Amino acid sequence: MTFSPQLEARFEKLLKSYPAGRQRSALVPMLLYAQDEVGAVTDELIDEVAARVGVTALQVNEVLSYYSMLRRKPLGKYHVQVCTNISCLLNDGDKLWEHACKKLGIGHKEATADGQISLEEVECMGACAWGPAIQVNYDFHHFVTPDKLDEILDGLKDKP
Amino acid sequence: MLYNQPSPLETRVLSRRFGLPDSASLDTYLATEGYRAFMKAAAMKPDEIVNEVKASNLRGRGGAGFPTGMKWSFVPRTSPKPKYIVVNADESEPGTCKDRVLIENDPHQLIEGVLIAGLAVDSHTGYIYVRGEYRYLIEILDKAIAEAYAKGWLGKNIQGTGFDFDLYTHTGAGAYECGEESALLESLEGKRGIPRIRPPFPAVAGAFQCPTVLNNVETYCAVPAILRDGGAAFAALGIPKAGGTKMTCLTGNLNKPGVYELRLGFPVMRMIEEVGGGIPGGRKLKAVVPGGSSCPVLTAAECEGATMDYDSMAARKTMLGSGGVIVMDDQTCMVKAALRIMRFYAHESCVWCIPCREGTTWLKKILTRFHEGGGRRSDIDLIGDIARNMLGRTFCPLGDAAAMPTIAFVEKFREEFEDHLDGKPCPYEHAEHMVMA
Repeated sequence: MTFSPQLEARFEKLLKSYPAGRQRSALVPMLLYAQDEVGAVTDELIDEVAARVGVTALQVNEVLSYYSMLRRKPLGKYHVQVCTNISCLLNDGDKLWEHACKKLGIGHKEATADGQISLEEVECMGACAWGPAIQVNYDFHHFVTPDKLDEILDGLKDKP
Repeated sequence: MLYNQPSPLETRVLSRRFGLPDSASLDTYLATEGYRAFMKAAAMKPDEIVNEVKASNLRGRGGAGFPTGMKWSFVPRTSPKPKYIVVNADESEPGTCKDRVLIENDPHQLIEGVLIAGLAVDSHTGYIYVRGEYRYLIEILDKAIAEAYAKGWLGKNIQGTGFDFDLYTHTGAGAYECGEESALLESLEGKRGIPRIRPPFPAVAGAFQCPTVLNNVETYCAVPAILRDGGAAFAALGIPKAGGTKMTCLTGNLNKPGVYELRLGFPVMRMIEEVGGGIPGGRKLKAVVPGGSSCPVLTAAECEGATMDYDSMAARKTMLGSGGVIVMDDQTCMVKAALRIMRFYAHESCVWCIPCREGTTWLKKILTRFHEGGGRRSDIDLIGDIARNMLGRTFCPLGDAAAMPTIAFVEKFREEFEDHLDGKPCPYEHAEHMVMA
């Protein structure tokens, strides 16, 4: 597999970060950073990362199923994650989630037909004092009202 | 950036640089006494550093509250194995968002705390384990680390002291359980975050089976101030046996939610009213979860006279935890709150030990049925019964974290559970939001 020069540089740095013989430590970070570029942890990616860190594809599979951010199938280009955990819930995070589903006509871990936007109801994302909060890919948005959410989603529709 | 205005009631020790121009930069850090504590520590003996931390009465800020100096003293310094410093930045206890603010606004304070821990236990390598969702913090940390290497604050022979230290960031990928120290170490080694059987504790066999100091971000961030101003000065900010300040996350139904640095022992009601600006819309206080979702809830009456510290919370059979305060007003349905918290623990259980796997799953099912109007009277006792059977029976604290708040919700708000019986709709929910089971 070929990756961008930035990702290759990141891999190289990661593999040097751990003690000799402990390169398996780079496994989860490499999968997540690669997923950001490839869109999902594909069979091909599993084989590639397994070879680079020196484990079997089976061992990679065993590890990746534990981590909620790693996914085997691609979602939308912009993955909108709505927190409904307790602090956000107290500020109507659950109603924000319902609003997002209705507006896009999709549900949990589903993407729009054009593959542009996907939705996920997520657990606490560490924005508890500024809820309800959402993340679009890795970007946080705080104190999100339904109107603000509409604005954010409209802005993503044609975003390159 | 700062997400909330500071409060005049804060005691700003760890947050002293927040709001300064370019507060995350090395220049700002050095201009404001940065790395001075490291230079002081580099001239001290390791025992003297550990004793200073002991004198500060600093207790672990991740939730367990274990005395930090004692934890450091457990590391066998003369072991021929390499020793590691690991930072727990896997902040994921619902209600908690303080480590994020500390890293974002002052990453060098964390790096300096890590370096001092390295001096104390003769370690030369550190890892900052950051939850996957906090990608922007990894970028901030990587930038700060690169700056520190470039200016001789990391790497070989730091500032001519003869001390070498390498520091790396390591991303998680979504798992609450990795905030538990032994699960975090498994994850750092490229495995599933399944907790280890202890002993041995990380101080003896931690990262890569080598002696390891593992603390929360906030704990390390307190260390530079302790070395700079002395352990006694830090201790004096808190209460007996627990020194310093606590980064406190005020969340839920408040006019001025935010992260505030308060002295340990700050009165709970004053914190809600004056720091957090009180409850919006003239509504009344119903309950407070004092330290993240795993801590048993306090009723409004129990909050009277309570203070934000380990002892006052222990006296009320709850915990200071991570400092994630969740304030609930009188329009909050406690069945719904208990259900949402249980949904979280059921989602995060690694399903390795049976009491946690079965307990969280069944509690989620029963609470869901209850909230949707299908509850039976016997279910109220069943909820408490299942939760009590999880307590102390799991390898890691996740089982307890799920059980403890549930028991408190049922015991303290039993009448709200009874209000949901006989197919009655939730008194707090409008009909359009109800989905009948």
